[in-house]
Amino acid sequence: MLNDDTLTNEGLAATGAGPILLLACGALAHEILALKRLNGWDHMDLTCLPAKLHLYPEKITGAVAEAVKKHRAKYDQIFVLYADCGTGGLLAAKCAELGVEMLQGPHCYSFFQGNDDFASKIDDEFTSFYLTDFLVKQFDAFVWRPMGLDRHPELRDMIFGNYTQLVYQAQTKDPKLEAKAQECARRLQLDYVYRFTGYGDLGKAMQDFTRLKDAAS
Amino acid sequence: MSDEDEIILSDLPDDELVQQMFDDLYDGLKEEIEEAVHILLDRGWEPYRVLTEALVGGMTIVGHDFRDGILFVPEVLLAANAMKGGMFILKPLLAETGAPQVGKMVIGTVKGDIHDIGKNLVGMMMEGAGFEVIDLGINNSVEKYLEAMEAEKPDILGMSALLTTTMPYMKVVIDTMIEKGIRDDYTVLVGGAPLNEEFGKAIGADAYCRDAAVAVETAKTFMARKHNQATAAH
Repeated sequence: MLNDDTLTNEGLAATGAGPILLLACGALAHEILALKRLNGWDHMDLTCLPAKLHLYPEKITGAVAEAVKKHRAKYDQIFVLYADCGTGGLLAAKCAELGVEMLQGPHCYSFFQGNDDFASKIDDEFTSFYLTDFLVKQFDAFVWRPMGLDRHPELRDMIFGNYTQLVYQAQTKDPKLEAKAQECARRLQLDYVYRFTGYGDLGKAMQDFTRLKDAAS
Repeated sequence: MSDEDEIILSDLPDDELVQQMFDDLYDGLKEEIEEAVHILLDRGWEPYRVLTEALVGGMTIVGHDFRDGILFVPEVLLAANAMKGGMFILKPLLAETGAPQVGKMVIGTVKGDIHDIGKNLVGMMMEGAGFEVIDLGINNSVEKYLEAMEAEKPDILGMSALLTTTMPYMKVVIDTMIEKGIRDDYTVLVGGAPLNEEFGKAIGADAYCRDAAVAVETAKTFMARKHNQATAAH
């Protein structure tokens, strides 16, 4: 069973099974494994970098490049399951240079909701703070503690003062997670919006990758 | 800390008090900073000297440690809040005493973006370095930037963005400035977490500034260049 703290701090090691390696953010591990199970994609192995890299987006490109180089001899193909994720286009440029594909979109909030839908709503929703299933579960590790709100609650206004609502993008229907997301909104003093997204563009991107590779082989 | 260990700020000589202010800024102790600013002013320090030697000096250390990964966002915010307390006391006095004015900057976060932590830090450090700063806040359209430039006639335009999706808007602003034939009237500095030097060049900014300290140094360099050009033209 996956441990969220491990996914946050250490990531997930590859098992060596299958010709395709999915190189992903630890925050996506649950969803990717669920999609693998649902679709019977046993030819795909998964390795994850620590989700906490998102606290330092400037480190993501280097970490992904290093992981691609480390694993590429053992697999026919590597699919990078990161969106831009705050790298300002540097990750896309690096993936192109390395000859590996990556996810489309600015970040996981966008591809979970569907990149087109997210883009169409953003003019009305740019004061939203987003959480996914993983981030609801890891709220303290990703938001509360790194932002210092556990030690200095007075920082709330400086950090979240311009936000108006917390949108919980649910990948799964889980009343416990929904209750926790509501609690997160209360702690941040933001209005609460629930939005079920399922796996959004993530599943489609993995399926497209599989089809493309099947067609090529 | 026991009572015996408690530091009485007013008992410290100037040099030790300034060192203590560095420590207090580092620890984000706003009340202590405010008290120390009053003490230095009461001792006859010029407001500009308090600002540059004590507050900016202390925040520079904070900035370096943030850049080097020793301090993180919450600590920097607390330090900034403490500095803001000191600045609040000094600002009216600086205006009265005619402190040197290095230049003028209009700064704002671009349209569709509400993130202002970095922008606020830059604005504060620019003020500390003697710039007059007109802060447009968040979510600024190209029209708002143009209006502010027209009304304020700044030397520098600063634009900030935290999102990959909003940073391209900086190019919209710069392209509009080119269309209107005013691009070269201003130094355009850009910054924000997902930006990088290549992006700054690609959109036609004068410089990308990695952090507040770099923004101040870059702004000073451009002002010196402008001054030299003006001098050479005479």
